[in-house]
Amino acid sequence: MSSVPIFVDENWRLPSRGRVGMLALIIGESAIFTIFVVAYVYYIGASTYGPTPKILTVPYFNTVCLLSSSLTIWMAERAIERGRIRAFSLWWALTMLLGLVFLAGTAKEWARLIGHDGLTISTNLFGTTFYSLVGLHATHVVVGLIGLSIVMILTALGRVEKRHAERIQVLSLYWHFVDAVWVVVFTVVYVVGR
Amino acid sequence: MADQTFPIPDSLDRSPSRSAALLEWLHSWVVTVDHKRLGILYIVYATFFLLVAGAEALVMRIQLAIPNNHFLSPETYNEMFTMHGTTMVFLVGMTFIFGFGNYLVPLMIGARDMAFPRLNAFSFWMTAFSGFLLYFSFIGGFGLYGMGSAPDISWWAYAPLTAKAFSPGHNTDYWAIALIVSGFGTLGAAINTLATAFSMRCRGMTLFRMPLFVWLLVVTSGLTLITITPLTAAQIMLLIDRYLGGHFFDTQAGGSATVWMHFFWIFGHPEVYVLILPAFGIANEVIPVFSRKAIFGYPAMVSASVGIAFISISVWAHHMFTIGMTSVSNAFFVLSTMMVGIPTGIKIFNWLATMWGGRIRFATPMLFCTAFVLQFLCAGLTGIMLSVAPWDWQLHNSYFVIAHFHYTLTGSFVFCMFAGFYYWYPKFTGHMLSEKLGKWHFWLFLIGFHVTFDTMHFLGILGMPRSIYTYGADRGWGALNMVVSIGGMIQGIAVLIFAWNLIDSYFHGPAAGSDPWDAWTLEWSTPSPPPAYNFATEPVVRSRRPLWDLKHPQDPDWKYER
Repeated sequence: MSSVPIFVDENWRLPSRGRVGMLALIIGESAIFTIFVVAYVYYIGASTYGPTPKILTVPYFNTVCLLSSSLTIWMAERAIERGRIRAFSLWWALTMLLGLVFLAGTAKEWARLIGHDGLTISTNLFGTTFYSLVGLHATHVVVGLIGLSIVMILTALGRVEKRHAERIQVLSLYWHFVDAVWVVVFTVVYVVGR
Repeated sequence: MADQTFPIPDSLDRSPSRSAALLEWLHSWVVTVDHKRLGILYIVYATFFLLVAGAEALVMRIQLAIPNNHFLSPETYNEMFTMHGTTMVFLVGMTFIFGFGNYLVPLMIGARDMAFPRLNAFSFWMTAFSGFLLYFSFIGGFGLYGMGSAPDISWWAYAPLTAKAFSPGHNTDYWAIALIVSGFGTLGAAINTLATAFSMRCRGMTLFRMPLFVWLLVVTSGLTLITITPLTAAQIMLLIDRYLGGHFFDTQAGGSATVWMHFFWIFGHPEVYVLILPAFGIANEVIPVFSRKAIFGYPAMVSASVGIAFISISVWAHHMFTIGMTSVSNAFFVLSTMMVGIPTGIKIFNWLATMWGGRIRFATPMLFCTAFVLQFLCAGLTGIMLSVAPWDWQLHNSYFVIAHFHYTLTGSFVFCMFAGFYYWYPKFTGHMLSEKLGKWHFWLFLIGFHVTFDTMHFLGILGMPRSIYTYGADRGWGALNMVVSIGGMIQGIAVLIFAWNLIDSYFHGPAAGSDPWDAWTLEWSTPSPPPAYNFATEPVVRSRRPLWDLKHPQDPDWKYER
């Protein structure tokens, strides 16, 4: 019974499952971020005591690092598409470095807020919303960096080739998403909320 | 002598011992990445928890059957309705839809597996783990009353009841973490379904030739992406409040309990549609096959489904009319809720038009679907009544609301799941379910359902609130509650007959053959049960009913479909 008639349709093209899957994940993640952003915005100025957003300093250098990592990863994507593995690994390493600098900057910022300003997640409502939103984003940067370092290790072992370009691009989509979310977090926390 | 062979001892395969064979069999199910086996695991898991949560409901009904009853303590009663609701929504509903989806979506679109088989296995085991975690609280959960305390905060878990001060111990954490874990499993399943439907279709299977069941799973998965994740976010906030001393829902520090309600219902209302849309999908497959007609209004069905999904994300605050919103917000949520009636109405008319003039065969799947159409209509009508804010102010949190949503979730969702069981069980196992037991199951369940839930409407109008463990004899609710409880017992008997049918037919049911219902979608072109690779050659389709084309080469559908 498994003989359905066959005819040829040469123009049969379907989207890549990796891209569809990653886009679906990004939509889901966006909803998580939306809820945290809404909570942050709703609670701006609602703290009844303790430090206020006035103590925040705008992390310009961090932001520049993270946003430019989107450019470097795009260069890496282009390099692998053309089979230039060496250029790819250099751009990829640079992307990881920029991500690490961003994390280090966040760590420094938090150390100052905790040690100098005495703001922790349980201090007041501002602390709760600030650390959870920025922390949620930082968690995503960490997850992205884990993904990037797996690719980096495989590249160092000589296992990444031109034919893996599409998988690399799917992973890069996630990194672009993490960068784009930072634009929202930055605007909400450091521009609107301060 | 030279050509005589001397076998080396132990070099030949010996038939393994019984216990080794059992171990091998179990191992093969645990490590499987086959979409069909995972689908069956999902469905078996859901059926198990259907029995568990059903038993919890019956225990509650015994307690409520007469006034001032002492069958359950108030604490246990709270645990029962919390676990009943949580189990039915997350461990039964979600797992049923992704079980059927997992098994059927690749078969229906002519694919050999899901897009990401290993993610599929991961999603299932996350979901399974969340259920065991939730139920472990009955033994290990430390609550207000010591060890062995299940969550007792009801399935919507309003703040500030969930705060550390009012829910000490860990039973609330079991609830929150179990739902986060199950949320990850669901997210994985939704991503997989979307990638499968968009990227794995066989040649000729354009989006508008996909069976409606697949379409409905696509819409549901899309909706899942944006509704389950807010719940995950809210649970993370709850855990931050409980463990790290956060203040999201702490009113004394400027937080807001209302925000939890908003976040919960942003998830909670679309969730109802996440459950009901695949049920529509099953009805969309069963009703045409048993009416011997193609589905009426295929494009209208697709657009109505997408329309329901869109509208459903803007109606959540109709659960919150009594918290005192502005009249503008009230008006918005009244109107948006009423709008859901338009696409669902389109669907009901399409099902009726499909049946109209058809040669209807009332086999068990069709019986369940026919009852579903009527009951879903009633559920929709009480839904429109409750969408009117002043009416809701009267009946909010009463048994009228309970009756309304059990009409959608039992009368519609569960009825369609049963229809799906009777329709696809032959494909899953190669054996027909017993029609005789099926008819007993259907009629008893139908009678029990109406005795229970029709009566609940009256209890609600008489003022009986939900979530109370008992009531005074002078309230005049005694007789009706006894009727409701008797109906619950009848449903319980029907479900036991169903469970027996599932087991007995597996061993003694007549062989099904590949296509017992003379159906038209691709899954019926494979043997029952299908081989691991599904299709020996990749099928090619030219219309929405590929098997009709095959069976009627002189009158194929693709001549007429445009």
